Amino acid sequence: MKIDRETYRLIDNGKIGSIALTIGLMGLVAGTVGFIIDREQFFHAYLTAFIFWLSLSLGGLFFTMLHHIVGARWSVVLRRISENIMAVMPLMALLAVPLLFGLGDLYHWSHEDIIAGNKLLQGKAAYLNTTFFIIRMVGYFIIWLVLSRLLYQVSLRQDKGHQVSLTRKMRLISAPGIILFAVTFTFASFDWLMSLDAHWYSTIFGVYVFSGSLLGMLALMTIIAVTWRKNHILDKDITVEHYHDLGKLMFAFTIFWGYMAFSQYFLIWYGNIPEETLWFLHRWENSWKIVSLVIVFGHFVIPFFLLFPQVTKRRPGMLLFISLWLLLMHWLDLYWLVLPTLHPHGVHFSWLDPATMLGTGGLFIWYLGRRTAAVPLLPTGDPHLETSKHFINH
Amino acid sequence: MNNKATPRILGLMAQFDNPAALLEAAQKVRDAGYKKFDCHSPFPIHGMDRAMGLKRSSLGWLVGVAALAGTSGALALQWWSSSVAYPLVISGKPFFSFQAYVPVTFALGVLLSAFTALVGMLAFNGLPRLHHPVFYSDNFARTSNDAFFISIEADDPLFEIEKTSAFLTSTGGKNKEVLKEE
Repeated sequence: MKIDRETYRLIDNGKIGSIALTIGLMGLVAGTVGFIIDREQFFHAYLTAFIFWLSLSLGGLFFTMLHHIVGARWSVVLRRISENIMAVMPLMALLAVPLLFGLGDLYHWSHEDIIAGNKLLQGKAAYLNTTFFIIRMVGYFIIWLVLSRLLYQVSLRQDKGHQVSLTRKMRLISAPGIILFAVTFTFASFDWLMSLDAHWYSTIFGVYVFSGSLLGMLALMTIIAVTWRKNHILDKDITVEHYHDLGKLMFAFTIFWGYMAFSQYFLIWYGNIPEETLWFLHRWENSWKIVSLVIVFGHFVIPFFLLFPQVTKRRPGMLLFISLWLLLMHWLDLYWLVLPTLHPHGVHFSWLDPATMLGTGGLFIWYLGRRTAAVPLLPTGDPHLETSKHFINH
Repeated sequence: MNNKATPRILGLMAQFDNPAALLEAAQKVRDAGYKKFDCHSPFPIHGMDRAMGLKRSSLGWLVGVAALAGTSGALALQWWSSSVAYPLVISGKPFFSFQAYVPVTFALGVLLSAFTALVGMLAFNGLPRLHHPVFYSDNFARTSNDAFFISIEADDPLFEIEKTSAFLTSTGGKNKEVLKEE
């Protein structure tokens, strides 16, 4: 990878894009084979993989909007990364289409005969029915697509001139945008993940998924920045001070995730109502117990102590390692949310889990690479770009 | 008791034109080996800590110890009270139910850390402090408005009134003042 120091655009994009596309297409072919062999397993694996990459993209959208609303200056040099991540949204909308064919395999509330014999599902049928589910799904994506498209376009327009008014415009989009984001994200996680076990409910569920998603996005952002750094791209612009702040944010969201995870568990443990505890019981049975423990330690305890001292946050190489670990844990967290509904009595690892993950992931990285190559790597027209470059932690 | 005839000298103070000059002078004072000196400015200046040769505060370690003490103390208190001193069965849960202890453990950890951070910060800064030699200068009030100063205290081992005064001039200091007891 090489960069043109005048325009801040990549001259040589490296081979990552073509490798990712190859892996992505191979994964899709493998997924299609899996779809024919074992529909249920395929759709559960596909849902996990799809939500993983979508959550990163949504994390990018959230970070960008938050950046605009608070008028952040330190993160201007990182903003284009989060914008590129959110710009993968059209691909994610396309990848959502296969799910429509798997509603029957994923969600037992979509079967008329099951509802007929189930009082609880009859009560929820006004919300949990196939038609309304699809309408909502389309609605979420329209909102996410419009928000990410608008913010991306205005940001690219600002690159051409140094218009301060566009900064205000992006703030104007972000303020209502972040409210829409909160509502759509919450209901999307209710629809796609929580309704896998339609008897169970947890009002904090949306925030729980969100906390892991933003943590994953920050990890991805760090990985991209460090990869550039190793290729001497923007290594003078994205400094140790910015990595320090990324590390602090990852530390904060590790704690936030732990806080949400515990809050969800705590109330259900206290209340001790069978309807609610069953969900955790499944995840505490046989080999699922090991996965639960790995998540408690791997998603919270270990990153907490790794990110605790200042020294790890100021070393890009160290942060790269922690970021990769956090992304792995984010995937395991989603796996733990989805798969116990299919295999309630123990982990049943399938080749389709990595295959769908690589399939959607390959396409995600290929698309992200294309977006990145098409635009300057810094928001060159942002009035606070110089401030951000010389930012220092106190 | 000849205090009135020759008032004790407490230090020297010089004014600088702008933040950049102050920063540059601070580096020179640091490099000359002075330890007991301070820079005064109406607003924080980037890079001043390094220019003055200030080390990273050890407050973090203190807060870390306080956090550990808070969490382990809270955990021990709850364990002792609900499984040793007053073992009561509450909604069929075991006497030692760590889940129920988490909120208090977390809260006491945060509470002790916050108090330690505040009190420790004040203590490390030598606060509260009712008086300081620079207050003898009439000019010093401008530090909260538009002026930049460096003051070197007389108990610094390198302090010699003529040499230090000449040194401050060489760093670009103006309006030098000798800080004396009144």
